[in-house]
Amino acid sequence: MNALAKSCLDIRDLSAVLPNGLRVLRSVSLSVQPGEVRALVGESGAGKTMIGKAVLGVLPPSVRIVEGDMLLEGEDLGKLQPKARRTLIGARTALIPQDPLTALNPSRRIGPQMTDRLVRILGWSGEKADTRIRQLLDEVQIRDPERVLKCYPHELSGGMRQRVLIAAAFAAEPRLIVADEPTTALDVTVQKQILRLIAQLQREHGTAILFVTHDLGVVAKISQKVSVLYAGKVVEEAETAALFAAPQHPYTRALMAATPRYTDPLASLKPVDEAVLAGLAAEIAAADQAWRHPHG
Amino acid sequence: MAEPLFSVRGLKVALPDMTRKPLFGRAPLAEILKGLDFDLPRGSVTGIVGESGSGKSTLGRALVRLLEPSAGSVSFDGRDITHLPEAELRPVRRNLQMIFQDPMSSLNPRRTIASIIAAPLKQNGLGDNLKARVAEALQRVGLPQGFASRYRHELSGGQRQRVGIARALALSPKFVLADEIVSGLDVSTQAQILTLLEKLAADMGLTVAFISHDLSVIRRLCRQVIVMREGAIVEASATDTLFEKPQQAYTRDLLAAIPLPEIDDAWLLPAAKAPA
Repeated sequence: MNALAKSCLDIRDLSAVLPNGLRVLRSVSLSVQPGEVRALVGESGAGKTMIGKAVLGVLPPSVRIVEGDMLLEGEDLGKLQPKARRTLIGARTALIPQDPLTALNPSRRIGPQMTDRLVRILGWSGEKADTRIRQLLDEVQIRDPERVLKCYPHELSGGMRQRVLIAAAFAAEPRLIVADEPTTALDVTVQKQILRLIAQLQREHGTAILFVTHDLGVVAKISQKVSVLYAGKVVEEAETAALFAAPQHPYTRALMAATPRYTDPLASLKPVDEAVLAGLAAEIAAADQAWRHPHG
Repeated sequence: MAEPLFSVRGLKVALPDMTRKPLFGRAPLAEILKGLDFDLPRGSVTGIVGESGSGKSTLGRALVRLLEPSAGSVSFDGRDITHLPEAELRPVRRNLQMIFQDPMSSLNPRRTIASIIAAPLKQNGLGDNLKARVAEALQRVGLPQGFASRYRHELSGGQRQRVGIARALALSPKFVLADEIVSGLDVSTQAQILTLLEKLAADMGLTVAFISHDLSVIRRLCRQVIVMREGAIVEASATDTLFEKPQQAYTRDLLAAIPLPEIDDAWLLPAAKAPA
């Protein structure tokens, strides 16, 4: 085995198409090392959520993977039988979704929703699952677990719901968590608490995170590595510190200039230059051309 | 200095609290705005910022009289409109326009863009020469004339928001309420819409109340800022003062919570002070 096999997640040349033949993922390659946070950043339609869904095996039926490999801790997901693949993904990964209200069943109390996954999918005893959940609720700084476990989702605030889902995600000690815009729906002060919490649990548990976001501010704070996406293509990939020190791709530079920055109002909120978008369109057309006709 | 366009004194708004509504009978009232005093100077953009539940949108709706205040007064252009009956309010309304957060739900899916922009013109007896007026409105917001015959679903998010702006400005109002108009947009589109609004407000001498949860956006666009929390004004000052010398701890917390797009390893570390 080569060194890459040690990656927590390794995606190589992943391409996916819609029924009309349009590529929604364009030869995406990226890796997430154990205990590392990799941000996937891009605007709507960039394919960042699609990558997360591909990893978790929950792509919509209309999206078909036509090329490429996904390796979870060295195991090639494409080579496994569907059942074995689901078991492996279920045991080693977890999701922190964007909208906790749609992720939680509105008609069930929080407690059973949290233990369900541990008992039914991982086969833990009810008692063990219960103990574990309480431990995690404590880690996400929920002071009154008794009350929260008995609540229905609508009885909790947005920040509390997100804490519950973070606790649930970490409970089974997954190796990899896909966090899909987990703070987008939250107020800034709550967002900061939640990001802090995710970072702390991630460090303590040594979990790798694929962190999907549209906000370069969040990327700068939470991640060590970053992939910048546009139209399903990774246009730039770098260590986060390096990306912010010296962004290479014109699109990355344009995104940075468009991102609001209250400390420097005149240098921020700049509309993306038409030339940059034209360049991107050409780059993508060329990539598609090369992909369809690999030998000229 | 001329008198302010809006002068608000002791403004209170109480709305039915549906979470405490008995199965039969009326919901008890909850006070959403707890006595606000402020002025909106003419021809400038004022930011109204706060977290969810702070009452910023309720304040906006009270300004344009979509809600009737329960106490206090709102005077617009030297006239008390607090309890003005709807018939008398009608001629005032053309000067009170709105741009909404979600153009997808605020544009009628079954009407063409031209008919959407023309609606307020017809309503206000400006039905003559409609075609030219719509063309002018489209041009103002940088949309091609061909868009007149299109429908909402044929437009991108940014284009839809341009239509929302075109409709609000079709009557050349004195006041525009912009409630979270860029929060559903991508950063690149957001920058375009803000630049457009900035330019139009300056060109047309508009008075704008710009409601947002995002202080970074406010700094660029607004001359003064009102910070709200739990139905009250925490701090109101000139934009530069607010950002450079915030007076209130809450304002400082809000600023500190914004993740700036720059590396800062200390940002995620627990605060030095004891946890609340």
